[in-house]
Amino acid sequence: MDSVVLLQRQLVDYTAQLFNEGFLDDQFNQLQQLQDESNPDFVVEVVTLFFEDSERLLNELAKALEQQSIDYRKIDAHVHQLKGSSSSIGAQRVQKVCIAFRNYCEERNIEGCQKCLQQVKNEYSLVKTKLETLFKLEQQVLAAGGSIPWPM
Amino acid sequence: MFSGDMATADEILRRSLTDEVGVSKGSVSGSEEFHVLAVDDSFVDRKVIERLLKISSCKVTVVESGSRALQYLGLDGEKSSVGFNDLKINLIMTDYSMPGMTGYELLKKIKESSAFREIPVVIMSSENILTRIDRCLEEGAEEYIIKPVKLSDVKRIKDVIMGGDGK
Repeated sequence: MDSVVLLQRQLVDYTAQLFNEGFLDDQFNQLQQLQDESNPDFVVEVVTLFFEDSERLLNELAKALEQQSIDYRKIDAHVHQLKGSSSSIGAQRVQKVCIAFRNYCEERNIEGCQKCLQQVKNEYSLVKTKLETLFKLEQQVLAAGGSIPWPM
Repeated sequence: MFSGDMATADEILRRSLTDEVGVSKGSVSGSEEFHVLAVDDSFVDRKVIERLLKISSCKVTVVESGSRALQYLGLDGEKSSVGFNDLKINLIMTDYSMPGMTGYELLKKIKESSAFREIPVVIMSSENILTRIDRCLEEGAEEYIIKPVKLSDVKRIKDVIMGGDGK
């Protein structure tokens, strides 16, 4: 069987899995619509910004939760930003943890916050790995001379 | 007589702001370009909104804060009213939650300005809070849209503003 078709099949299946497991939601499809010949790397660029932004925020959150006197407003502001950017790229599971995180902030529940920080770090790490895999699969399809069959 | 550098301080500021903030041309013919000023403190959202607008054939200027927006519009209190008459903005889209100046505060400043109060302002927010929405609409916001912003939102808003008031 044609290797391009095989690779495309792999890509389609992998993408479907990410949507089924809730890692990505429709907003990711929205981003794909914004990519074209004039901006062929748009999705990768936005997602890369998301990675950089998230890593900065997660560091800030870890620091904030280590303080003697916890500044919940600051933590909430960081989580709000993370919630926003994850929502903008369709990283649904990260976004959901952020919602719970903000609730714990409001309750000034330090343990809840710490638990959420751990959870959001995990979810971020997972979606990062999965998106990197997705982009690699796309590169393989393109390298084999195929095109990305979007929407999938 | 200094015939070399004729640029005023305002023009230099405008030019450097323009370089920094990323002005991109839409595909519409010259004088009919629909120019949108987008304001958002998030790197990710700035990139997305810029692309959404460009794909919708808008000329886009993106800034990272309310104070930068006011600077761009010449409303920051600097004595630089000369040279801003050619600034044609058709729409301002601003995030609500920003550090420093919120989108609401920016909205108020724009509506208080005789030069810019007619420009439609759209507020973008991830939070669906009724009191907040009411307050923005009462202050004169054209719309309050819930993030994440979609292509259909931008298309709809552009159509409403271009077609709506019978210009």
